[in-house]
Amino acid sequence: MPGCLLRAPGFFIEMDPAAQPQPFVEFRDVRFGYGERAILDGVSFSLPRGKVTALMGASGGGKTTVLRLIGGQQRAQRGEVLFDGHDVGRMDAATLYAARRRMGMLFQFGALFTDMSVLDNVAFPLREHTELPEALVRDIVLMKLDAVGLRGARDLMPSEVSGGMARRIALARAIALDPDFVMYDEPFAGLDPISLGTAARLIRQLNDTLGLTSIIVSHDVEETFRIADQVIVLANGGIAAQGTPDEVRNSSDPLVHQFVHALPDGPVRFHYPGVGIEEDFGPVHGGHP
Amino acid sequence: MSWWNPRDVGFAVRSKLSDLGYGAKLFLRLAFQGSRSLRRFALVRDQIHFLGNYSLAIIAVSGLFVGFVLGLQMYYALQRYGSSEALGLLVTLSLVRELGPVVAALLFAGRAGTSLTAEIGLMKAGEQLSAMEMMAVDPVQRILAPRFWAGVITMPLLAAVFSAVGILGGYVVGVLMLGVDPGAFWGQMQAGVDVWRDVGNGVIKSIVFGFTVTFIALLQGYEAQPTPEGVSRATTRTVVAASLSVLGLDFLLTAMMFSI
Repeated sequence: MPGCLLRAPGFFIEMDPAAQPQPFVEFRDVRFGYGERAILDGVSFSLPRGKVTALMGASGGGKTTVLRLIGGQQRAQRGEVLFDGHDVGRMDAATLYAARRRMGMLFQFGALFTDMSVLDNVAFPLREHTELPEALVRDIVLMKLDAVGLRGARDLMPSEVSGGMARRIALARAIALDPDFVMYDEPFAGLDPISLGTAARLIRQLNDTLGLTSIIVSHDVEETFRIADQVIVLANGGIAAQGTPDEVRNSSDPLVHQFVHALPDGPVRFHYPGVGIEEDFGPVHGGHP
Repeated sequence: MSWWNPRDVGFAVRSKLSDLGYGAKLFLRLAFQGSRSLRRFALVRDQIHFLGNYSLAIIAVSGLFVGFVLGLQMYYALQRYGSSEALGLLVTLSLVRELGPVVAALLFAGRAGTSLTAEIGLMKAGEQLSAMEMMAVDPVQRILAPRFWAGVITMPLLAAVFSAVGILGGYVVGVLMLGVDPGAFWGQMQAGVDVWRDVGNGVIKSIVFGFTVTFIALLQGYEAQPTPEGVSRATTRTVVAASLSVLGLDFLLTAMMFSI
């Protein structure tokens, strides 16, 4: 596989993405919820190898839950979540940790360790999982930081970097162990246009250069559609639309149309359900028809 | 929640039992994974420095003042019976048996316990623990266990410092200020304090308090709601639960150690 410096000790068989038609991640009739309330119900989709898939939908629609199910931080209540053909829900702790070594995850605000420098943050997974000499760890870290354009920031502390830089450092850390699969949880949230464009370009570039499979949870329609190969829109516990960015953009589904075109009202109501306006303010004269 | 509804009562009981089971499981993980975290002693050493060294000032100053007060109070009580030479013995027994372990543990809960809870709680709120899990690193082993064992190692050392400084405080007040004979002060102490029965039991107490305070602090931080309010509540719970546990356990341990 291109770009691989390090590998988790053989848990899964390494295969060339081109020769492997099986999707990297597959959801089969997955249900997950809290009590009676289902976040995901009967959800099935797959993430093709080597592709960037965008997962979109309204807040609270279960996007982050999908990432947590893939990472094994939550277990599906029904159905299967297959990671490279293996059901994450059936993995014991050791197998799950071996699988996680093949995943990278970028958290919404980076989740950098605040008591460590930038260099130590990126070196963390290398020091934890390998016996590499410190000089080699340093070289690998500097290469990863160089890939995200922050080699010069190695000695800074997380409190000294901007939100966009923190996201890029976290990205360098996520790819430190050369994963096969990377999950991005709202990587564009709160970024200025320059940082946002840089982050989006990096995600696409790293995916192609390192031969990764990526999933991005994002609300930024334009930027995400620009870099994604496949888009999945989640709504009401299921999949509202799935296809290429153009197919989803031209979807006739009213909910998808509202989401993609950022319309304030539609199937997703602007007003939270509550008592009638007259009950709160008394009879309304004029104004409203 | 209504106490007359059997369903609500059942739910509350089940919830408490579940919390208890979770706490017991975490305690066993910390205790049994200790050997692994002690193998990476640098992590434990850093935490001993953080918990111990930074608590040293408050422990030493508090010990000194407690020693001063003990020296004064006991001198006036003993003088009535013409036994002021026993001042050194009484100050030392009070410190090594009771006040050293107990007051040092209470101060440790306030100084280091709150710091541990807030640190772990904020790591959780900042998704640092989740990030660690996703990097296939177990936060219990990497973050909690070194802090747990550092607390267990640090507590008896701090209690010893507290008692030693307290004895010096008693000496300053009793001998230097009130004129008790220094030979009698040290001699009675040497003759009357038993290393195993008095000092040893005090050390056992402080080890038990080290386990208790550090575990409560870590559990509260690990289980904190990942919000500013949640971390604040967890920090308060650490002080309350740790202080009450120390005082309760002190009674039980004293009853077991000295009443037979």
